[in-house]
Amino acid sequence: MSPPEERGAQMVRRLWVALRARPSRPQMAIAALCGLLAFGLVTQVHATSTTGGLSSARTDDLLGILADLDNRADRLRADITDLQASDLALRSGTGQNRAALREARARARTLGILTGTLPASGPGIVLTISDPQGQVRADVLVDALQELRDAGAEAIQLSGVRVVASTALLDDVGGGVDVSGRRVTPPYRLAVIGDSRTLAGALEIPGGVSDTVGRVPGAHAEITLSARVTITALQVLQEPRYARPVRR
Amino acid sequence: MIVAFAVALGVALGLVLQPTVPLDLQPYLPIAVVAALDALFGGVRAWLERIFDEKVFVVSFVANVLVAALIVFVGDKLGVGGELSTAVVVVLGIRIFSNAAAIRRHLFRA
Repeated sequence: MSPPEERGAQMVRRLWVALRARPSRPQMAIAALCGLLAFGLVTQVHATSTTGGLSSARTDDLLGILADLDNRADRLRADITDLQASDLALRSGTGQNRAALREARARARTLGILTGTLPASGPGIVLTISDPQGQVRADVLVDALQELRDAGAEAIQLSGVRVVASTALLDDVGGGVDVSGRRVTPPYRLAVIGDSRTLAGALEIPGGVSDTVGRVPGAHAEITLSARVTITALQVLQEPRYARPVRR
Repeated sequence: MIVAFAVALGVALGLVLQPTVPLDLQPYLPIAVVAALDALFGGVRAWLERIFDEKVFVVSFVANVLVAALIVFVGDKLGVGGELSTAVVVVLGIRIFSNAAAIRRHLFRA
């Protein structure tokens, strides 16, 4: 065996000779075949790349591809149906949620007025009890509140203090009245929202609040009907410590 | 030299004309091309082994192409065309690989 360098040089020489050689007939034939091969190769590559290979695929393969595509279309159609169903469900769910939210907001408003956490305004009366001598006691005011509630008062404010279900009135030792821990001094101003005629009538019946106040020395009750009474005093809502809702 | 020229001419013709393969020939052309490639690699190997013979090359080239096309044709007639063409491609691919390995051994002695 000759060393590799010599072999390589020999090979290059042979190649040179082969390239330089005058084309004989067999070489022409070989050239023709190689040209044909190149032509076929390029044609096939081109045909495959332009048609994505589908046109040169066999009937069986095409049937397989078609069946695959059919299956896929079926699956996608089923997906569409599912998604439409969930879309519908979500939509109706959103609608229900919105209705529930609206309801809850309305309830919160109602409860806010009842519990005194929201300011309120509406038709009603303003009852002013002037008592320069400080003779009007808490029980008179309690009577007045009771009477107003009887007459359908929806929101009451007593001299800057919102009156709610838990409001308690006591005689304050220093004069005036203790309303749920806050001292209120005369003149007492009761802003009441409700049907103003009914409220005024309830206060003015013989032997009612007006008469009672009128019998107290120096005291005087004045009732003003108003188309718009605004109550801005608020109560802080306190979480009940003991009472819990009963589960139904 | 003339071979290189012919190859260039074939590529140029294929690119310029962009012929569409006739429908009847579509299953055979890829197989024929692979068979011709096999013959070509065999020829290069023979040349490197100094047993190259022009006549043998031409005959084997044409015979390879024809036999491959014939096998696919028969397979199509029998209804196993796809499988048979796969088989032909596999066999020719193996041959191309072994020829390429022999060429590599001759060129790089490895």
